[in-house]
Amino acid sequence: MMPVNKTLRKIRPLKVILFGTFAFLYIPIFALMAMSFNGSHSPFILKGFSFRWYSVLMHDSRVIHGLINTLIVATGSTILSSVLGTLLAVGLHRYTKSSFLNAFALAPAIVPDIVLGIGLLALYALLSVSLGLYSVLLAHVVFSMAFVTAVVKARLAHTDKYLREASMDLGATRTSTFLRITVPSLAPAILAGALLAFTLSLDEFVIAFFTNGPTTPTLPIVIYSMVRFGVTPEINALATLLMLVSFTAVIIAQRMTRPTEDE
Amino acid sequence: MTSPIRTRVSRDSEKRRDLLERMVLQGPGFLFITIFMATPITLVAIYSIFQRGRFGGIVYKATTENFTRALDPVYLGVLTDSLKIAGITTVLAIAIGYPTAYAIAKLPTKWRSIALVLVVMPFWTNFLIRTYSWIMLLNREGLLNHALMKFNIIHTPLDLLYTQSAVVVGLLYGYLPLMILPLYASIERLDPQLGEAAANLGATKARAFFSLTLPLTASGLIAGSIFVFIPSLGNFIVPELLGGGKTVMVGNLIRDQFLKARDWPFGSVLALSVIALVFIFFMLQNAVEKRFSSDASE
Amino acid sequence: MTTESKNLIEIKNLTHDYGSVRALDNVSLEIRENEFFALLGPSGCGKTTLLRILAGFETPLEGSVTLAGVDLISLPANKRPINLMFQSYALFPHMNVGQNVAYGLEREKLPKAQIKERVEEVLKTVGLQDKVKARPSQLSGGQRQRVALARAIVKRPKLLLLDEPLSALDRKVRSEMQLELKRLQLEVGITFVVVTHDQEEAMSMADRIAVMVEGTVGQVDSPVDLYQRPSTAYVGDFIGESNFFDGVVVAEGIKHASLGILPGNRYGKDISGEAHLLIRPEDLRVAVSGEHSIPTLVQDVQFYGGASTLVLGIEGRSAPILMSQPGATTAQRGAMVNLTWDPLKAIVLPRDARRSAL
Repeated sequence: MMPVNKTLRKIRPLKVILFGTFAFLYIPIFALMAMSFNGSHSPFILKGFSFRWYSVLMHDSRVIHGLINTLIVATGSTILSSVLGTLLAVGLHRYTKSSFLNAFALAPAIVPDIVLGIGLLALYALLSVSLGLYSVLLAHVVFSMAFVTAVVKARLAHTDKYLREASMDLGATRTSTFLRITVPSLAPAILAGALLAFTLSLDEFVIAFFTNGPTTPTLPIVIYSMVRFGVTPEINALATLLMLVSFTAVIIAQRMTRPTEDE
Repeated sequence: MTSPIRTRVSRDSEKRRDLLERMVLQGPGFLFITIFMATPITLVAIYSIFQRGRFGGIVYKATTENFTRALDPVYLGVLTDSLKIAGITTVLAIAIGYPTAYAIAKLPTKWRSIALVLVVMPFWTNFLIRTYSWIMLLNREGLLNHALMKFNIIHTPLDLLYTQSAVVVGLLYGYLPLMILPLYASIERLDPQLGEAAANLGATKARAFFSLTLPLTASGLIAGSIFVFIPSLGNFIVPELLGGGKTVMVGNLIRDQFLKARDWPFGSVLALSVIALVFIFFMLQNAVEKRFSSDASE
Repeated sequence: MTTESKNLIEIKNLTHDYGSVRALDNVSLEIRENEFFALLGPSGCGKTTLLRILAGFETPLEGSVTLAGVDLISLPANKRPINLMFQSYALFPHMNVGQNVAYGLEREKLPKAQIKERVEEVLKTVGLQDKVKARPSQLSGGQRQRVALARAIVKRPKLLLLDEPLSALDRKVRSEMQLELKRLQLEVGITFVVVTHDQEEAMSMADRIAVMVEGTVGQVDSPVDLYQRPSTAYVGDFIGESNFFDGVVVAEGIKHASLGILPGNRYGKDISGEAHLLIRPEDLRVAVSGEHSIPTLVQDVQFYGGASTLVLGIEGRSAPILMSQPGATTAQRGAMVNLTWDPLKAIVLPRDARRSAL
């Protein structure tokens, strides 16, 4: 057990750093969560455990409306971006060595969101498209797709490149090979990518801010208008709920992308 | 019996099928990116050389006025401030992220994945909410002032919120996970025997770090810097919420030009400047990476 | 295997390039019905290209390939009565064993009952009837290979291609599978073409072997003929252990610069000028006094249980001579041995630039 003690001694300063970082990352979150159960109207006065703000939240039509809008956008953009991203990833993996095209496919994930936001606003204005949920949805597809493409492409690099030929060899056409072999063997990556796309869209604010219609705010836009006017305890409750959803999603995604024993 | 013509026919039909398949697979995605990313950015570039209309909109008369206006000390100041804030954020993220990533890489395997999930978690929480949480902490009546006064460290609350430091803290909080993850990935790949070999060869710890560890983890460091720097630079939420009206970054300026002042051409110039800065940053990264990777392979 | 049996595959003047690299150079080859055929050669010799052309994953630049007289090249891979067992097996990870095997039959749109019956039958043949529901990831290497094999033969192809079938297996499973493949080939009566770089694998299983060299076919023959009557020095060197002497052709054999006349046989071939003389280690023996012989010095003695190998040196020659003897040998390191051989077992071969470069 000597070497273990030795490494422990060596990493003690590192442990302090680790705890420091986690404290930095989690104290604000835990503070928010704790405050969400605070019965007081002022967030700075502690006054007993209460679900009061959750009930206020449930009856806030702006929040409910925003949530529904966000779910519509996230669901739609997830479906579209998963399909397009998977097709693109498979296509790039199979046919494209050009680093330009590969970079182009992933560019929407790297372009600063504010640039994409105003650019899309300019495009919609030019085409005289009236803004609404679908304009946000389409905008979300373009960057979500880049993430799905990246995740699926990474998985493709680790799958047996002969699966496709084996399927054709056994008499399958290109189409049935894609549907029966390529997609199912990529299913975990596609799901992980879809989950990523969904979460990203759920939280996305900047692009939605520029491309949404005045009557169809998404949840982050509702949150923005709430936090802009200072501290309201209702946000704490909302934040706690959203965090729970995100954490669950992260854990599920983590499990799904974990390498399986057949690799 | 040789049949070059027949083999060419089947080769061509195979090529046609490949091309069709490639178009079906890549076509929709690339079309989408072209319409919803390339075209918008091109539009921004085009608008930058035209004049604004009296009630917003674009007057298609070429001008360089928008560019000269961006060089006005007021706006140039905002640009340099943005660069400074994003730069400080990135440096701080490295200072905290590097030892953290190193510490995680040295954890036992079982704890490593848990630590990684813990790093990622906050990132999947709404950015606005995470920023908002710092209002609660830094406010004059906030938790931090509360705590400091309770323990009699201070007697009057400090003005922590609405400062440039608050903006840096907010950005750092928002993007730190994006620094830790790529750094961890590159540190984890390091062969622990390398350090021992260097020690055997008489290298001091500092020397081993600068000549071995740093070059070998340069790619992670650079990726992390990109992930922190780029979104920090264009951010307008944190300056607005934590910087109050006092700290304006280029993101706020762009937003205001597009939504309030309705001066799209000038907003476009500012957006282009962000793209240019990002581009310069990428070039820099490329150059550094090339140098380091050639060093490492020697 | 009689020589009269019909040709299944006829390959004529096949040429193929990868970019600027010539992978196949005017290859012609016949593969007979129901034979176990091997394409043998080092990596880069073109054997994999030939396999991929037969399977339909590659279209050659020039030439023709027919199966039972029908042109293959215009048929896409999924319409050929040919199946391939991949080196990596390429089992579908998201399907169980039964689904993997049934996949090919489902593509033929066969009735469900018939598919079930044939899948069960073939899994029994390969001895995996109790693994129908297992995932590929739960199987051992040998079992995976059996699934890959079952998946291919269940289609009842006219030709089964096997790409380095034993390379992924460990030694013990390897020899087991070697016998198994041979048994299966006889049982199902399908023509097998094995692609391999391992001569032992080819020699032990194949009825005939094509040795491929730099995109061309060096020699096609039975394993025994390939070993005893190589047609080129390259093939002779590639297959088994061999001793080479260089010299000029004379009536009795070759004339070596320092060793004088070395007896050998041209086997009716018209060879003149510079040539090689090939003698297998087991065809060398110690001369009795008075016989024409070469004096050598024993450099090393290696004992392998069933046989011994003497490593012998000749003055002025760097490459050692290998001589093998059944059982243990009495020869000691440092001793002198006079070598001789039966002229009928020493083969005179034309000068081969590739061999000379070795």
